[in-house]
Amino acid sequence: MSVPAIKGVSPGRAGWLLVQRDLRLGLRRPGEWLQPLIFFFVVTTLFPLATDPELSRLRDMAPGALWVAALLSSLLALELLFREDGQDGTLEQLAVSGLPLPWLLLAKTCVHWLLTGLPLVLAGPLVATALGAPYASIPGVFAALLVGSSALSLIGAVGAALTLGLRRGGVLLALLVLPLAVPVLIFGARATSLAMAQEPMAAPMYLLAAIAVLSATLAPLAAAAAVRISLE
Amino acid sequence: MDWTWFHRFGSPPHFYRIAGKLIPWCAWLAAISGVAGLIGGLVLAPPDYQQGEGYRIIYVHVPAAVLSTMAYATMATAAGVGLIWRMNVAHAVAASCAGIGASFTFLALVTGSLWGRPMWGTYWQWDPRLTSELVMLFLYLGYMGLRGAIDDTARADRASAVLALVGVINLPIIHYSVDWWNSLHQGHTLLKFGKPSMPPSMLVPLLLAMLAFVLYFAAIVLVRARGEVLRRERNARWIAELLGAPS
Repeated sequence: MSVPAIKGVSPGRAGWLLVQRDLRLGLRRPGEWLQPLIFFFVVTTLFPLATDPELSRLRDMAPGALWVAALLSSLLALELLFREDGQDGTLEQLAVSGLPLPWLLLAKTCVHWLLTGLPLVLAGPLVATALGAPYASIPGVFAALLVGSSALSLIGAVGAALTLGLRRGGVLLALLVLPLAVPVLIFGARATSLAMAQEPMAAPMYLLAAIAVLSATLAPLAAAAAVRISLE
Repeated sequence: MDWTWFHRFGSPPHFYRIAGKLIPWCAWLAAISGVAGLIGGLVLAPPDYQQGEGYRIIYVHVPAAVLSTMAYATMATAAGVGLIWRMNVAHAVAASCAGIGASFTFLALVTGSLWGRPMWGTYWQWDPRLTSELVMLFLYLGYMGLRGAIDDTARADRASAVLALVGVINLPIIHYSVDWWNSLHQGHTLLKFGKPSMPPSMLVPLLLAMLAFVLYFAAIVLVRARGEVLRRERNARWIAELLGAPS
């Protein structure tokens, strides 16, 4: 099945080319990756409406609301990750290119995070402030979201690869990914609430970073295995 | 080392025959140790000095909780074997484990919350063990959902095997993160019964009940895996010969 690698293209170069291609394609269709961001704003708006608009009360549940909304909107974005490339055969070409597939999928996931995760990270402090977080906590909220959302994208890539081409993919994707994202949610929300309380947040941040590093190491391998299975 | 036994076990007719011989043994031993464990636990064991008679639910709850993890471990091991050696029988075993594991998890949750009512005063407490058990139930449901969503058996086997292995890496992380989460949010549970040394009159029935659950699990998995093998191999010649059909 595997053919000799394309002459003159090293894995590093191929990854970089893939990053450029995906970025260009993504930026041409801003609607697709802006939707999860809008969804994030809408969900975080619903929390005060459903509970109590008083800032002191909102502050207690701000970390939870922020992270549940970030989790859901990253889930919503996951369908964009492999869908189109799976349909038009690009993934198949990547799989038979002879280049390491986990590496290429890692490149794709990075672009996906740049387009859908990074906007959330940038919007997060704004939303947190609206929910009553003090200004001094903005760097902390930002850091927690930065690390946590990259872990979410990586974990989600496995789920997206597993549900590639399935009819009921959407709901199933949520069922597969949400339980696996529980640790990210716990440590991310904890780090955020410590940041909002102006307390040292190193402990949950280390654990969050550990999860992100572990996901970056293992998730591309699992995603590559899943993509190969889907293409069989 | 001689690996022929391993490859022989991967042959469907061989597995079918061996499993058929093992099932009665597992089932009868499960019945005997189950009855002994229940009599020992519900009748002979003394009431607990703190919890009175209420603690007796552990003779169902603890084995169910242990089995929920064990079923997942069995499922993931079988899935890994199936993925690595492309062994159809192992995939059949993994497929049979999921439903049973989910039932045990559900049983552990229900008995846990029934136990919680007299002990904690509430049916549900966001106790770390209950919570990670709940997440495990979701993992099982995801596994079964993925399997159900893929029509092609071979693809369903391999995709769900990848998911089972990802879940195995994640389970300890989920378990410890939930532990950590709860120890921060909640001072201590209303009633903290650590694991004091149990007197033998309580411990022996518990071990018997656990043995019964394990054997029962083995028996049911084998029955279901036999059914899976039959379904997968329905066009194979050995089944026709087994049924004595003229070939």
